[in-house]
Amino acid sequence: MAADGPSSHWIAADRTGIHVRPADLWIDPSVPRAGALVTHGHADHARGGHGETIATRETLAIMGLRYGTSAGMPLAYGESIERGGVRISLHPAGHVLGSAQILLEHGGERVVVTGDYKRRPDPTCAPFELVPCDIFVTEATFGLPVFRHPPIEQEIAKLLNARAANPDRCVLVGAYALGKAQRVIAELRRASHADPIYLHGALEKMCRLYEELGVDLGDLRLVGETEKEDLRGRIILCPPSALTDRWSRRLPDPITAMASGWMRMRQRARARQVELPLIISDHADWDELTQTIAALRPAETWVTHGAEEALVHWCTSRQMRARALAVAGYEDEDD
Amino acid sequence: MRAFARLIDALVYTRSRNAKIALIVDYLRVTPDPDRGWALAALTDAIDLSAVKSATLRTMAEQRIDPELVAMSRAYVGDTAETVALIWETPDAGPGEDIPLSEVIAILSALGRVEAPMVLAGMLDRIEPESRYALLKLATGGMRVGVSARLAKVAFATAFGVSVDEVDEYWHALAPPYAVLFGWAEGTGDMPDLSETAWFRPFMLAHPLEEASVSLDDFVAEWKWDGIRIELVGAASERRLFSRGGDEISRAFPEIVEAFDFIGVLDGELMIRGEAQGNTLVGGEAGSFNALQQRLGRKTVTKKMMADYPPFVRLYDVLEAGGRDLRALPWTERRAALESIAASLPADRFDISSLIAAPDFAALSAIRDSARDAAIEGVMLKRRDSPYVAGRKTGLWYKWKRDPLTADCVMMYAQRGNGRRASYYSDYTFGCWTAEGELLPVGKAYSGFSDEELKWLDRFVRTHTLNRFGPVCEVEKSLVLEVAFDSIHASKRHKSGLAMRFPRIKRIRHDKPAGEADQIAALQALVT
Repeated sequence: MAADGPSSHWIAADRTGIHVRPADLWIDPSVPRAGALVTHGHADHARGGHGETIATRETLAIMGLRYGTSAGMPLAYGESIERGGVRISLHPAGHVLGSAQILLEHGGERVVVTGDYKRRPDPTCAPFELVPCDIFVTEATFGLPVFRHPPIEQEIAKLLNARAANPDRCVLVGAYALGKAQRVIAELRRASHADPIYLHGALEKMCRLYEELGVDLGDLRLVGETEKEDLRGRIILCPPSALTDRWSRRLPDPITAMASGWMRMRQRARARQVELPLIISDHADWDELTQTIAALRPAETWVTHGAEEALVHWCTSRQMRARALAVAGYEDEDD
Repeated sequence: MRAFARLIDALVYTRSRNAKIALIVDYLRVTPDPDRGWALAALTDAIDLSAVKSATLRTMAEQRIDPELVAMSRAYVGDTAETVALIWETPDAGPGEDIPLSEVIAILSALGRVEAPMVLAGMLDRIEPESRYALLKLATGGMRVGVSARLAKVAFATAFGVSVDEVDEYWHALAPPYAVLFGWAEGTGDMPDLSETAWFRPFMLAHPLEEASVSLDDFVAEWKWDGIRIELVGAASERRLFSRGGDEISRAFPEIVEAFDFIGVLDGELMIRGEAQGNTLVGGEAGSFNALQQRLGRKTVTKKMMADYPPFVRLYDVLEAGGRDLRALPWTERRAALESIAASLPADRFDISSLIAAPDFAALSAIRDSARDAAIEGVMLKRRDSPYVAGRKTGLWYKWKRDPLTADCVMMYAQRGNGRRASYYSDYTFGCWTAEGELLPVGKAYSGFSDEELKWLDRFVRTHTLNRFGPVCEVEKSLVLEVAFDSIHASKRHKSGLAMRFPRIKRIRHDKPAGEADQIAALQALVT
């Protein structure tokens, strides 16, 4: 049982990932492994080069698009398989399309690894499900009480207002290519913005894949195929790295926006030279992280990448067992 | 408060200077007195609310939120006011009130230290959540919105169509909320007679010398001394000393105020008389900057400090004398006036910055290179016909600093920066080797690198962290940094026994193995 401490537990972690020892499978490994369980398609969790990859059909499709990988074993939400005496099933994490929590059952113990997750509704993916467990392995990207994401409607309204107030300019929104970009588009559509939305070339393939997988994103066009004059008064999406790139010089006087949970910190937004910060995150904020743990009441909580210390402290100060797992190497700056 | 908070938020996110000016102009035109005056004072950091410190905010937050979580959040965000604004929880909060800025100022300025946390907490609960950040920044001072005092003055001048030089001139003679200044600018009132008050005149500043040389027919050379620039102002009823930023420092140097029996305005360098260093030509030597630091920032001074660290002023220029404004005169004429003024002041407290006699620029360059005096920072070049004008005007004055010293050091620890650098490990402690092969810290630097280098260094720290001590990361001792510094001194505070002055990262030495970084002994040889 978990009380024996991490070294003897059937689940172990090192800097390269979480190891499910009886099944010899690694969760989101950062180095090539013979068998990998992948929670979702973001590059820091899903790497190419594994022998066998077990993930949702959508995550495998995203990995296929990014790495050209084809070897993979699709597993639908709720469906289960057994490896080395471990029963494995995937459950929606609400993070991006195809994102899954991994439930591992072995020797009468249930372990849930969340990967990245959020609790807010997202028109582009299945909503998070609470999966009862003994050990809850949670992310903590925004694991500090300074992070409380506002309602997305409010942020989308900020974006639409900036566009309406500046008909001669364009609004350039930096958004992570997988998940964030499609969610911003889908939310704009939900707010009745039916105009064409313009894309940086790097976002095109992922948006097309989302549409193939059944997520309607409306009229999307490419900046590269549009005259500069026609971009005035438009909303344009690009990867965050392109915001200050030479690429953006072709745009008509862009208002630089960025959709990220980090935008809640003024000085962070300022450091990235963002004029219009949009606090839109695909991660659980502090309240979601703590409320999820409170709702599950697991025997033990293990905290991975992010601000582990604060969430561990929150648990232990409420007499809940918790510790930090030393999984390194996740890139969180653009989420 | 709402309008002010919106202005602050807009300024935080606005990069262009003209757009910032436009935002302030709009605010000043539509906001009534006295709120707009208080906003102007807040932007220029002219409000001193001494009861509220960073620690006040921390205490206040800790009374409502788990102190550990407050501390972790502060370390992450890098700014106490922003941390508390983000973390604050108001039970059963309604939409919040829009309290006038002047009322906020009135409440804050009447606060005592003991009651401050409670009153401030009450205000945070009362106002709109969107205004919390502005309130806390206002309370602790320093808005950090990328608006310099100069830019605020330009915006003021633009808003009312008056000359920025005139605004600059009157600015320091008037106090917030500047009702007189607004009245004058809007043409509804006159500027009062200010001749009886000792107020700060803006300094003339120099550009770094970038040309290969200048002609000594047009320029005069003098030493650039390593003290602090001060302005001495004497009026009929009072005498005051001001630092370069216009802060009054009279109380820290009562001997100077006492000795300054003069009606007018002088510009000079404040230094401490010390050992056999410095200019021995004019009856005095200058001690190191370290000695001066013992006297800076003090509200009261003991007799012992006055005896151990006697200050004096080396005069550079005269702005006014006997009620006459000399600033429009060429430097040569002001210098002649200064020489007679200097001669009339007590010699133990005042001397004049001597000129460097050099036949040509090459000779001057040689003189500059050979000056190893710790109290000399470099050479000043001033146009002989230059008037005394506020700020940095191109082509009139140049500073030509001595080349810095450098050492190859090994990064040992890194810490996140503050403010806009809070997400980056941007503060580095570095060390050099002892003869026994031990690495000892010799300094800490947080500047000198480009944005690209900062990203690289941040990544290096994240991927080479060995241990964490709160916000401090201990890193693998493998990266060599070439560090530039102005001088190095003996110091009891550090185990290495050394302290660098103004260290900064000159270059990342990707090519150099850590074992080949400099030895402590090599640095000891540079001690002045």
